[in-house]
Amino acid sequence: MESLLDMTGGLLLVAGAAFLLLGGLGLWRMPDLFNRIQAGAKTTTLGTILILAGTAFLHPEWGFKLLLIGLFLLFTNPLSSQVLARAAHRRGIETSPKTSVDLLADSLSEQDMPEKLPSEKTLSDKGIEEKS
Amino acid sequence: MIELMPALTLLFAAAMIGAAFVAIQVEQISIAILAAGLVSLLASVMFLFFAAPDVAMTEAAIGSGLTTFLFFFVLGRVRGDKHD
Amino acid sequence: MVETLIAFAALLTGIAFLFALLRFIKGPSTFDRVIAFDVLTVVSITFIVLSALIEERGIYLDVALVYALLSFLGVIAIARYLEGRF
Repeated sequence: MESLLDMTGGLLLVAGAAFLLLGGLGLWRMPDLFNRIQAGAKTTTLGTILILAGTAFLHPEWGFKLLLIGLFLLFTNPLSSQVLARAAHRRGIETSPKTSVDLLADSLSEQDMPEKLPSEKTLSDKGIEEKS
Repeated sequence: MIELMPALTLLFAAAMIGAAFVAIQVEQISIAILAAGLVSLLASVMFLFFAAPDVAMTEAAIGSGLTTFLFFFVLGRVRGDKHD
Repeated sequence: MVETLIAFAALLTGIAFLFALLRFIKGPSTFDRVIAFDVLTVVSITFIVLSALIEERGIYLDVALVYALLSFLGVIAIARYLEGRF
């Protein structure tokens, strides 16, 4: 019969693996690059740290190495995902239309607009021409 | 109940084949370098599964870390303006 | 009982590995493949820890330590290259 420590460790292992599974599922199903970065970075960090904690419950003599691995992951994984998201934003990766909400434009397009207003871009172009 | 370590080894071997397929099939050179690094990483984990942790550590440090870093560094220096 | 829980955790992690690998193979842009590479590295760290649990050898954790350092350096190098700042 296992002790309570072993059962806690095993359940923590399964919980961490479930978080990793959610991360992989989000990486596969999300519609957008930035959503994928978010789903891939956060859940895998938490899942791996839970698995390291479960291993520390099962083998307490490995505690120092596991703590070191967890600290490295906790420092490096959000940093790398942030650098990656910044590089993607600078390269101008487009976001999915599902992720932006514009309720006013939706409700306006349903009604019939009597006359077409000039858009903001053409106005600013005219302003630049008049100045120059 | 199947044996766990042979199943994991088979999973990693199949993943290595998939990553190598990506490396030879894709057009952009950056993705090819990335896939080669992934092949090296999975090879390192398989060395660990075959009970050789020292070889696995060397492969992870040189094959997966240093080679990928060096390829991207040199690629960024050689062609300055046009990326992938 | 603990062995069954370890096997179940390895099964769930294997499914996550397969999803990340599919994203790496399919991924439309380069950044998708880079984030899939990052997730695959973290999942590989988990597999190393699980194999250390299965084989009951604590020396395997040193490899996981090297991985946790090197994945960071690789992704930083790739992101700086894609920004065009080398």
